[in-house]
Amino acid sequence: MATAATAPAAAQKGYEHEGGIWSWLTTVDHKRIGALYLYTALLWFLVGGLEALVIRIQLQGPNGRFVSAEMYNQLFTMHGTTMIFLVIMPLSAAFFNLLIPLQIGARDVAFPRLNAFSYWVYLFGSLFMNASWLVGAAPNGGWFGYTPLTSTFSPGLNIDFWVLGLQILGVSSLAAGFNFITTIINMRAPGMHFMRMPIFTWMAFIVQFLLVLAFPVITIALVFLQFDRFFGTQFYEAAAGADPLLWQHLFWIFGHPEVYILILPAFGLVSEVLPTFSRKPLFGYPVMVYSGMLIAFLGFGVWAHHMFAVGMGPIADTLFAVTTMLIGIPTGVKIFNWIFTMWGGDIRFTTAMKFAIALVALFTIGGISGVMHASPPADLQQTDTYFIVAHFHYVLFGGSMMGLLAGLYYYFPKFTGRMLSEKIGTWHFWLTFVGMNLTFMPMHWSGLLGMPRRTWVYDAGQGLETLNLMSSLGAYIQVLAVLVGAYNVLVSMRRGVRAGNDPWGGPTLEWSIPSPPPDYNFAAIPTVTSRYPLWEHHAPGTSDIPRTISDQRVPTAKELGIPMPNPSIKPLFVALFMTLMFACMLLIHLGKTPLAIAGIITCATLMTFSLYSWLLTPLEDEH
Amino acid sequence: MATTAHAPAVTHGHPPTTTGLDHRKIAIWAFIGSECMLFTSLISTYLVYKGRSVSGPFPHEVCNPPQCATTLKPILNIPITSVSTFVLLMSSLAMVLALAAVENKDKPGWAGTGAWGRALASSKLWLLMTAILGATFLGFQAYEFTSFVHEGLTIRQNLFGSSFFTLTGFHGAHVTVGVLWLLTLLAIDMRRGLGPKDALIVDISALYWHFVDVVWIAIFTLVYLIR
Repeated sequence: MATAATAPAAAQKGYEHEGGIWSWLTTVDHKRIGALYLYTALLWFLVGGLEALVIRIQLQGPNGRFVSAEMYNQLFTMHGTTMIFLVIMPLSAAFFNLLIPLQIGARDVAFPRLNAFSYWVYLFGSLFMNASWLVGAAPNGGWFGYTPLTSTFSPGLNIDFWVLGLQILGVSSLAAGFNFITTIINMRAPGMHFMRMPIFTWMAFIVQFLLVLAFPVITIALVFLQFDRFFGTQFYEAAAGADPLLWQHLFWIFGHPEVYILILPAFGLVSEVLPTFSRKPLFGYPVMVYSGMLIAFLGFGVWAHHMFAVGMGPIADTLFAVTTMLIGIPTGVKIFNWIFTMWGGDIRFTTAMKFAIALVALFTIGGISGVMHASPPADLQQTDTYFIVAHFHYVLFGGSMMGLLAGLYYYFPKFTGRMLSEKIGTWHFWLTFVGMNLTFMPMHWSGLLGMPRRTWVYDAGQGLETLNLMSSLGAYIQVLAVLVGAYNVLVSMRRGVRAGNDPWGGPTLEWSIPSPPPDYNFAAIPTVTSRYPLWEHHAPGTSDIPRTISDQRVPTAKELGIPMPNPSIKPLFVALFMTLMFACMLLIHLGKTPLAIAGIITCATLMTFSLYSWLLTPLEDEH
Repeated sequence: MATTAHAPAVTHGHPPTTTGLDHRKIAIWAFIGSECMLFTSLISTYLVYKGRSVSGPFPHEVCNPPQCATTLKPILNIPITSVSTFVLLMSSLAMVLALAAVENKDKPGWAGTGAWGRALASSKLWLLMTAILGATFLGFQAYEFTSFVHEGLTIRQNLFGSSFFTLTGFHGAHVTVGVLWLLTLLAIDMRRGLGPKDALIVDISALYWHFVDVVWIAIFTLVYLIR
């Protein structure tokens, strides 16, 4: 009976949600929370991009004077921190939110209010971190914040903003991690055993384990740093006998799994896009799943390759070099599987497909330069130069961002009910692709010529002028690309072509329901009998944007008798008071300890009160 | 309403969970997994820093002049901490009895009929007992911290002080949260009574409580017992 529920219905008009700001502040609907994540992260992408633009203006010619050295430090620190924690992770979270329940055939996540809480913590945390610009004390110790630079030698508020901001953002990721793990384990539709799960959900599942296991480690590293800075402990005080490498070890035990937290969601998105537009199932689905797991598992055993230059000795260097090279195997497997998915396929070059193919190509370049500095002798030449900057921009921009943009073009209809313009999208893609390569390709050479990263000027006559000019020109092209992309999103949101249920002919459950889906997602929970339930009804990638969309209204949850969670403002309050509680700690460094303690106690009380009020209110009305 | 006419019964109410377990049970295990990494980081740091302090007091070693201004005794008090460890272990037993009492609330006389049987079947008694034993452990910790400070070991004094107070302080904070959680359950029990339907929320708090207890066993062994 229920297999019928997965059959592609006639294209329906999307569900009309109630509007108004209050409905957004109190929403517990995973699709709306996903949209909030999406738009917030895209805004921070503009901010992080602006920071990068200023960096490139400064480095356009030798001995630039566009910004001061101190400002430059703040710019590169905030550029990295913003792009990692405020852009790529939340963009991934936007897709987790939208897609996980839809792909597994569920009506929401396991804990809808906790989900809203995660978003609000992210929003307030990101505002807190960037409030540092307003007081002229943005973090300036680099995104990996090495001690003792960030402990003994940074007395100002800059690093306090960074430490506290990351603690706040960590809460958001952890809460989301527990939520999605539970959702995926416990809310799969009948018949959807693990090896039938869509590949994006698989990658998301793996990422949640990385999140909940890696974030506690940086939490503790940051607690030590915070205690050193605020209470005079000696964790990072070499004169007291402390290990000068403690921070680096703890940071990278978190930091390397974090790399896979950033890339695996993009891998998942691309693994959805490539089969649809090649009109073929994903090549080697089980191997894709296992290689994702292997990447995540090995990801916990490679952290010290970030530290070859500190002199850990030949045994440690060798061990970490070997594990790092090993991780290239499952990654390479994925690359080949994507190529084999396209091989012999009937390829449609949509914008999403172009971005997905760009990931396969550009991530390979970044992956190969990564294996180069897996070798300690090579790394000693490359570390702290622009070669490294080139490498991680190829994996993070060429990899993560390209994958996320592919996901944006592919899933925008599911978010909004409307298509992004393919015509503008083509411009967006080519400008991004050309700009990205023009910016980061020359950095391989400037790096090998010895140009150090994180240095605000370089002298003339070292052969760096042309390369840096090329990088800066590439950055200007990227600005153009971002403007075109933003224009596309803004225009298509209102005037894009209506999508219908399944504009691409996709294989998985999210395409069986209207765009945007009704708040209950599935009128009847589908029963799943294969990996590609929709392709049992139509050939892969065959359905197209419907010419006509039925005017039939989608029934509401109430009419169908589906129990829905009530909206709640309480998660927002808990998140707000928690952020303020952390913010009050800044007062300690302004010499106002009593005020700080009063503020912390007040906020903690209000937070606890809001939390109790949340927990003691049932999620749904009695029925 | 053509779409709803043939909609199957599963439309109404919530579909059963995939594993048959409640969501909260899975979430608490994921949370405990995450907490393991938190305490692993703290305990590893303590162990890495063991013996690296450049000035006393030290955990197990005597410190004589000229290394120290005055003679310092080993500071960890194993007999007293053994008592507090025993108290915390007993709180886990009380927690087990509290859960059993809640689960069997609808079977009067399941624990026997006498005064002892009635006591055994009282969820209020055992929730309160768990909270009291937890609070007693915290009292021991407060005493320990104060006496250490009097003997010259503060969180700023040396690496041992920094890593010891942070590790045991984090554990103490977890016990505090647990005590508040138990008192909340007790308040609910007093107001409307906890029955078999509520066994899950007691079960979850019990998992948390036992986890915090297990972490203490690791800390007691690695910090106090092993020299």
